[in-house]
Amino acid sequence: MTSPEHLLADEVTVGYGRQVVLDGVTVRVGRDETVGLRGPSGCGKSTLVRVLALLHRPDHGQVSIDGTPVHGVRYAVPVDLRTRVAVLFQSPRAAADPRLSLDDLIAEPLRAVRTPEATVRERVAELADLVGLTADLRGRRPHAVSDGQLQRACLARALVHRPDYLLCDEATAMLDASTQAHVAAVIRDYQRTQRAGVLVITHDQTLLDHWSDRIVDLAGAARART
Amino acid sequence: MTTTESGPAIASPRAGTSEPLLTVDGLGVEFRLRDATVRAVSDLNLTVRAGELLAIVGESGCGKSVLAHALLGLLPGNATTTGHAVLHEPDSEPVDLITCGQRHLARRVRGRRVGLVPQSPATALNPVRTGRRLLAETLRAHGHDRADADQLAVDVGLDPADLDRYPHELSGGMAQRLVTALALAPDPSLLIADEPTTGLDRPLVDHTLDLLRRRCDNGSAVVLITHDLAAAQRVADTVAVMYASRIVEHRDTDRLFTAPAHPYASALLDALPDRAFRPVPGDPPMLTALPPGCAFAPRCPHRTDTCASQPPPTPIADDGTVACHHPIRTGAVT
Repeated sequence: MTSPEHLLADEVTVGYGRQVVLDGVTVRVGRDETVGLRGPSGCGKSTLVRVLALLHRPDHGQVSIDGTPVHGVRYAVPVDLRTRVAVLFQSPRAAADPRLSLDDLIAEPLRAVRTPEATVRERVAELADLVGLTADLRGRRPHAVSDGQLQRACLARALVHRPDYLLCDEATAMLDASTQAHVAAVIRDYQRTQRAGVLVITHDQTLLDHWSDRIVDLAGAARART
Repeated sequence: MTTTESGPAIASPRAGTSEPLLTVDGLGVEFRLRDATVRAVSDLNLTVRAGELLAIVGESGCGKSVLAHALLGLLPGNATTTGHAVLHEPDSEPVDLITCGQRHLARRVRGRRVGLVPQSPATALNPVRTGRRLLAETLRAHGHDRADADQLAVDVGLDPADLDRYPHELSGGMAQRLVTALALAPDPSLLIADEPTTGLDRPLVDHTLDLLRRRCDNGSAVVLITHDLAAAQRVADTVAVMYASRIVEHRDTDRLFTAPAHPYASALLDALPDRAFRPVPGDPPMLTALPPGCAFAPRCPHRTDTCASQPPPTPIADDGTVACHHPIRTGAVT
């Protein structure tokens, strides 16, 4: 029997305090497709990303990766499973450790799992090249590069473990048109060559239409409320 | 809330006949660092007329926000400015925003005559005051009635009940709308809006843009600084494209979007998802080491030897001159 090839949030319910943010939401991101997620502000898009990225434990429901149910969040999830999902967040300034050079930023997830240093260097060079970071930029720290350059470094970091699923939470909202097109092009190439599944969240309907293979409305993904 | 669909531009024909409200002449801004000098704005000329909505677009780091801060006298201490930016209001003396001094700016100009919607609302709001208190302070300082606060909230699409919250209790989009309300409160004749739509979803983006448009239709002027080209196309009368500290092309919105003449403007439009969705090749130059010739030349498909050595002409909005030695000429000019 072959296992299903998808990242699945199955009837996920999440609340903060008394407020229910996600109520029995089911969203499926298949391998080899780009799914666009839309919904009004505050409808729980970012919460869903946190659940799918194994950063937030849902109150009810389950996340599974290619049919393997995930128990727990963050470090409770075995490395081989958790590194199969990566996230690119909206604000690279908030996401990136300001003390690390871009090279170290990209390398950190590899070093965290004790990858040999020669392999780390090779892989970092390969990824920096993929996202278009020049040697001069790679040695700099976040304060000395632009938002666009930093977001490209964050993208390289997200791809460092060759994830099967990439979640982009408004990842291009802060970027100018050219950088947005660049980041989107790198992600689309990666998605095709690696047969990865990509979830794109954006308020920009035009971008969503041109980037995703299908669009899910989060308001419609919740089970009918009683 | 308005229900206008995004799509057809709702910009009025350019307010070309009215008097200039702001004339920027040869403006330059440099930052001195320990080991380098950053040229953030170079030899910039610009006219904004009463009733005009000017959008300034460009890649991040091209100097858009520095220009805004220069016009408000909000640059940090290591900045040197050259040139002039004169504000002409019908019933008061012209004032040069660059040379008139901090005292005059603080007492007479900033907020009242030139307003700013700052880029990051989270850092612009006093964290120990509720929105209502912040608005009341601003309104009182400018001699308006306190009861206006609710109406201002409604204008920017904020629920008046949310005015009783503290900044940390607001979402990014709500804080954005609050700083917009604060900038609008004194009813400045020139409003500089630096990325006023970040963090807002599409209906609220449209709502904010329509609000800025209405201000212009009532005779005020707005300079909209944005990386959102669709927003610029939707509401601006004219668009100035900025690249590496200079304006490279400035013209009517419709003309710019249908027939851009500067290769950079053209390449930037090609990056839009509903056009080629193709990034501008290469990286922008460092503002610490701008070349003597055209700064876009290394990335430009039309470059020649002239481009590297000769500075391009100064763009002029009215006759369509662009900062390029080899502008793109289209046969069918609309």
